Amino acid sequence: MSAIAIRGVRKNYGKTEVIHGVDIDIADGEFIVIVGPSGCGKSTLLRMVAGLETITEGTIEIGGRVVNRLEPGERDIAMVFQNYALYPHMSVFDNMAYGLKIAGLSKTDIRARVGKTAAMLQLEPFLDRKPRQLSGGQRQRVAMGRALVRDPAAFLLDEPLSNLDAKLRVQMRLEIKQLQQSVGTTALYVTHDQVEAMTLADRLVVMHDGVAEQIDTPMAVYARPATTFVAGFIGSPAMNMLPVEAAGNLGLTLANGRTVKPRDIRLPEKGRKAILGVRPEHIAPVSGANADLELDVVAVETLGADTLAHGRLAGAADGSGELVARLPGSTQVQPGDLLPLAIEPGMAHLFDAETGARLAELDLPAKAARAVKPLAEALNA
Amino acid sequence: MVENRPLLNLLSHLVLIVGVVIVAFPVYVAVIASTRGPTDFMSGLIPLLPGPHTLENYRRIVFSGVSTSGAPPIGMMMVNSLVMALAIAIGKIAISITSAFAIVYFRFPFRQLAFWMIFITLMLPVEVRIVPTFKVVADLGMLNSYAGLSIPLIASATATFLFRQFFLTVPDELTEAARVDGAGPMKFFRDILLPLSRTNIAALFVILFIYGWNQYLWPLLVTTDTGYYTIVMGIKRMAEVADAIPQWNVVMATVVLAMLPPVVVVVLMQRLFVKGLVESEK
Repeated sequence: MSAIAIRGVRKNYGKTEVIHGVDIDIADGEFIVIVGPSGCGKSTLLRMVAGLETITEGTIEIGGRVVNRLEPGERDIAMVFQNYALYPHMSVFDNMAYGLKIAGLSKTDIRARVGKTAAMLQLEPFLDRKPRQLSGGQRQRVAMGRALVRDPAAFLLDEPLSNLDAKLRVQMRLEIKQLQQSVGTTALYVTHDQVEAMTLADRLVVMHDGVAEQIDTPMAVYARPATTFVAGFIGSPAMNMLPVEAAGNLGLTLANGRTVKPRDIRLPEKGRKAILGVRPEHIAPVSGANADLELDVVAVETLGADTLAHGRLAGAADGSGELVARLPGSTQVQPGDLLPLAIEPGMAHLFDAETGARLAELDLPAKAARAVKPLAEALNA
Repeated sequence: MVENRPLLNLLSHLVLIVGVVIVAFPVYVAVIASTRGPTDFMSGLIPLLPGPHTLENYRRIVFSGVSTSGAPPIGMMMVNSLVMALAIAIGKIAISITSAFAIVYFRFPFRQLAFWMIFITLMLPVEVRIVPTFKVVADLGMLNSYAGLSIPLIASATATFLFRQFFLTVPDELTEAARVDGAGPMKFFRDILLPLSRTNIAALFVILFIYGWNQYLWPLLVTTDTGYYTIVMGIKRMAEVADAIPQWNVVMATVVLAMLPPVVVVVLMQRLFVKGLVESEK
């Protein structure tokens, strides 16, 4: 159990830099999820922490010790791989015991520790089997067991669930979270799946093109995405992005020439170009008079609980002003309808039109945070 | 094939039977000849049924040898062949698996060059480099020794190449998992790579054992002492007698005995490597 500090880490392959200086401070016992599209450098970063890739620049500390030049085996970490990487010729017991054997533990100690871990993971009936005689979920559990049994300073997990089917993935996701909480070991988890990221993480690192775009709690990342990339990556369906121009007191001018004035957010100075981001779930159907936007519905997806209305702003030119609204499942809507919609108060996001960075100066203090705090205090009292 | 056509079945069986007969007939003749008297094969008609001289023929080659052709009793030659074949098979596997390990898992200067140099020796089998090799072996004083029989045949690229190809198919994650577990290169080699290569080693052992056992030209060159004769060249010596008719019955008895060890190796190892093949299936 120990903290991990990643400071100014860069990685070059030849002349191409793939990680452009990442800083992350991970507290002891924290569950950090690194999420991003493929090729964003998240796995590379994890492998640098593991010691499987060299660090071009910067330092990585595990438990206050700079590990840049240490072999993976000397870093006191355990790793779970995407394809589990179980030793195919060894039994489950030997797979779990191998690291302990190398560490020079006595046979009785090894048996005790493997036994304890196997009990925790319900692997006892399988200890004598070979990995090929196990199902995907069981293999996954053995891979977890191999990491747990060593009681390392940190777990590193590289997309450990992506080889499982959807149902098992949900189940293992929960198990991993519970295991991590019960042993209290720092964990660094890489995934491209935003649901995994949101549900597992104490804090989320959203990576894009070798840069950590935002490091925050899942809810903060969802509620206040730092860039348009983060805004579009977290949340499903993705956040709507509408180019706007500030029109002073009138609000924001949309691509179709109409203006919209979102509530509970400051407006940029007149003439400033920006991007208005609104999540589909924060758009509500209203009566015509109160509408902020009008959606020209092109396609409808009924998901049962929700109905997704795809379309574009009424009057917008082709290829611009595309918008998705997530409506209650009971909403009656058909392609061709003109749907009057309103943006929920405080749920509009504004980003700089050029850099894509959040115009944080326009945010009002979050109401939700104020409402939650007294409750938490009341519970603690 | 899933088709069920009687005519096709008949035809395919016919082809298979003809193939088996073509391969098996000479072996059958050899076995028959080893049971017959010395002159039976000179009578013009090749006998196809076993004769009464089996024990006599085999006893002769095992215990007294064929003095007329200067061949020692067969036991010594069998032992020599066995030593040579085992040395070649084990030596080749040991050298090639370690060199493949170095080439695949270590980054060192001129690694590619080293690989290609090993690879190029594929083009230079013993027969091609036999004169310089003989010179080297002679200068090193290795004529008439087991070392001289086996060492020049041990250096070869085939096995290195096969192991390299196999190591390339071992997933990187396995190597990485071992590194995270704290295994150094030699531990990884011994605990993970070697057990995983078991089937390949078994298959190569079969091939190389037979290769070593069947060596003819090289033993003929480097041995002059009958104490180092191998069985294959012994057969040749028996068949090539001056001023006399070869005693085919004895020669064939030797042939039959010479055939046995490779057959035993194939039968035993085949079970191992078929098992291995099935097991490694994920």
